[in-house]
Amino acid sequence: MTAPRKRPSTASLMLVPFWLVVLVAYVGTMLWTVQISFTASKLLPVDVYVGFDQYHRLFSSTRWLVSMQNAVIFGVLFITGALVLGFLLAVVLDQKVRFENTLRTVFLYPYAMSFIVTGLIWQWLMNPGLGIQKAVRDWGFESFSFAWAVDRDMALYALVLAGLWQASGLVMALMLAGLRGVDEEIWKASRIDGIPAWRVYLFVVVPMLRPLILTAVVLLSISVVKAFDLVVALTNGGPGISSDMPAKFVMDNLFTRQNIGLATAAATVMLITVAAVLVPWIYSEYFRKVRAGAAT
Amino acid sequence: MKQLIATILAGSALAFAAMPASAQDKPRAEVMHWWTSGGESAAIKTFADAYEKAGGEWVDTATAGGENSRAATINRMVGGQPPTAAQFNTGRQFDDLVSQGLIRPIEALAEEGGWKKAMPTALVEAASRDGEMYALPINVHGQNWTFYSKTVLEKSGVAELPSTWEAMIPALQKIKEAGFTPLALGGQPWQERALFNAILLQQGGKDLYMRIYRDKDEEAVRSEGFAKAVETYGALRGLVDAGSPGRSWNDTTSLLLRDTAAIQVMGDWVKGEFTNAGKTPSEDYGCTIGLDDTMLMVGGDVFVFPKTEDEAQKKAQDLLVETMISKDAQAAFNLAKGSMPVRNDVDTSAFDACAKKGLELLKSEDSQAPVFEILVSASLAGAVDDVVTQFWNNPSAQPEDVVEGFVNAFEVEG
Repeated sequence: MTAPRKRPSTASLMLVPFWLVVLVAYVGTMLWTVQISFTASKLLPVDVYVGFDQYHRLFSSTRWLVSMQNAVIFGVLFITGALVLGFLLAVVLDQKVRFENTLRTVFLYPYAMSFIVTGLIWQWLMNPGLGIQKAVRDWGFESFSFAWAVDRDMALYALVLAGLWQASGLVMALMLAGLRGVDEEIWKASRIDGIPAWRVYLFVVVPMLRPLILTAVVLLSISVVKAFDLVVALTNGGPGISSDMPAKFVMDNLFTRQNIGLATAAATVMLITVAAVLVPWIYSEYFRKVRAGAAT
Repeated sequence: MKQLIATILAGSALAFAAMPASAQDKPRAEVMHWWTSGGESAAIKTFADAYEKAGGEWVDTATAGGENSRAATINRMVGGQPPTAAQFNTGRQFDDLVSQGLIRPIEALAEEGGWKKAMPTALVEAASRDGEMYALPINVHGQNWTFYSKTVLEKSGVAELPSTWEAMIPALQKIKEAGFTPLALGGQPWQERALFNAILLQQGGKDLYMRIYRDKDEEAVRSEGFAKAVETYGALRGLVDAGSPGRSWNDTTSLLLRDTAAIQVMGDWVKGEFTNAGKTPSEDYGCTIGLDDTMLMVGGDVFVFPKTEDEAQKKAQDLLVETMISKDAQAAFNLAKGSMPVRNDVDTSAFDACAKKGLELLKSEDSQAPVFEILVSASLAGAVDDVVTQFWNNPSAQPEDVVEGFVNAFEVEG
C-alpha cells in the first residue's frame, strides 16, 4: 500500500528544484518589480514608498501613451498579417509544388535571424540615401518614394513590415505541419461533394488547425510585447517618438534615465495588460476543449 | 643537458618567486570606461602608460557604450566588487551612488594636489556634493560648436558664416537653393536636443539658459527669449536632408567631409572624424563656438573612485588621481581625445586652432556655461529630450507645445 503513495512524492521531490526556479526567478522577480514600482527609486532601488505616484507619472507621459497605442496597432497588424501571410504561404506549398524544400527554407530563413539583424537590414533597405528608394530612382523612376523608416507617419508600418518578413515563415512552418496532418479522406470527400478548395480551407481546415493558430498567436504576441531590439535597430523609436514601444520605454527609463520606479511601473502595466488580454482567451480555448472532450 | 634543465628550473623558480612580489609592490588599478573607438582608446592608453610609468599596474576594463559601461560599474559597486576607478559623464549620473555612500570623496587629494583651483568652476561644482569633490574631472568637451564646410559655403555664395541665428537662417536657405544640405543633423533625440540647447544659449544668452535649466523657472520658459529660440529651432526643421532621422553623429559628420552639407552643430568630438580623414581645423573646415565664439558650453568626463577598505586599493586610487591630473598626462590625453585639458596651467601650444578658441573662453567664468546634464537630473533630461524631439519631428507642432512641454516636464520631474 505504501508503494503507490511513495511514487508521487519522489516525483514531486524531483520537481522541487524546478518549482524553486519558477518561484524565485519568475514569480519572485515579478513581485519585486511590482514592489519597486511603488517606491521612489531612481538609480538604485530604495524603500521609500510613494503609493501610486509612479503610475500617475506614467500615465501623464505622452510618450508612454503613444507607445501603448503603437503596441496595439503594431500588435494587431503584425499578428493578423503574419497569420494570413503564413497561412497563404503554407497553402501554396501544400499544393505539392516543385522545389518545395527550397522554398520552405527560403521562407523560414528570415526567422533564423534575430530581430536586431532584421531591423538593420530593413533600416538599410528603407534608407532614402542607400536603399530601395535610391536604387529605383537610379533606374529612372525619379518620383519613386519608399522611405518609411524616416517618415513619422509610416515608421510604425516599417516595423510591421520588417516584423512580417521575419515572422511569417515561422507561421508558415507551423501551418504547413498542420496541413500535412489533415486527413486525405477529407479532401476526397470534399472533392466528391464538389466543394471548391478555398471553402474547404476556410471552413474545414482552418477550424482543424485551431490549436496551431493558438500556438502561433501566443508566439507572435510574445514578440509584440517584447518588441525592443527590432525598434532599436530599425527606427530607435523615431522619428521623434512616432514608433516608440512600451519595452523601449521601460529600457530607457531603467538605464539611461535612471528611473527604476517609473520603469517598473511601466513593466507592471505591461504585465497586467498582457494578462488581461491573453489569459481569458487562452482559458476559454482550453476550457472549450475540456468541455468538448467531456461531451464526446 | 642536465645543466640546461637545471638553469631553466632555477629560472622559472625565480620567476615564480618574483611574480607575487612585483604584483604586491605595484598598486594595481582596474579602470572601467567606455572609450573603445580608435581615437578614444588611443586617449585612454596615454593614461595607462602614464600610470605604468609612475609605477602602477593598469588593468583596463572597457565596455562599449556609456550606458552599458555605467550599468556594469553600478552592478559591481552594489555587488561589493567595485573597480578601482570608473568613468562617468560630468553631471548627475552618480548622484545616487554618492548618497548611498558608495563613492570615496577625493577632497583631501584635491587639497594636496592643488589642482582644484585650476579647473573651471562649473566642472568642480558638478563633481562636488555638499562642497566635497567626489569625482575627478579629466577633460573639457565643448558642446556648442558649429563645424562648417568651407567648400559648400563658397559654392553657395555665402561669403562667411553668419554670427547670429537670425542671419543664419536666410543663409541656410540660400545654401539649400544651391542644392546642398544646409544643416547636417543626426535625428536622434540627444542630437536634436544638443542643437536646441546650442541655439538657446546663443540666442537667449547664458542668463536665460541658467534660469531655465538650473532654476527650472517657469517664467523663463514662458519668456519671449525662449519663444524666439524655439522659433529659430522650428525654422530649421525644413533644412535637413531626408536621411537625417536616426543617423549617428559620425555618419552625419561625413556629410561635411564629403562637402554635401554646410554646417553641423555638435560637440568637439567631431574633430576626431575630421582628423581621421586627414583634414586640418580652420584650414580644410571651419569651427566656431556658438556662432560668434563668445560662450562655451562645457561638459566632459569624470572618474569616480568607489569606497574601499583595502589599503592597497586606496593607494592605487591615490596614484591614479595623481597621474591622471598631472600636467603631462592631461596634455597627452586631451590631444588624443580632441578635448581640452581640465586644468588651465597645462602647456597648450600643441593644440589645434579650434581647441585654442575653446581654451581662450575657458579662461573666464563669464564665457562658459555648463552643459545641461550638469544642471538637470537624468530623468528630467530624458523628459526634455521627449519634448524637443516631438517638436522637431512634427512639422505642424507649434512653439507653444514646447513651452507647455517644458513646464510640464519641470513639474513632473523637477
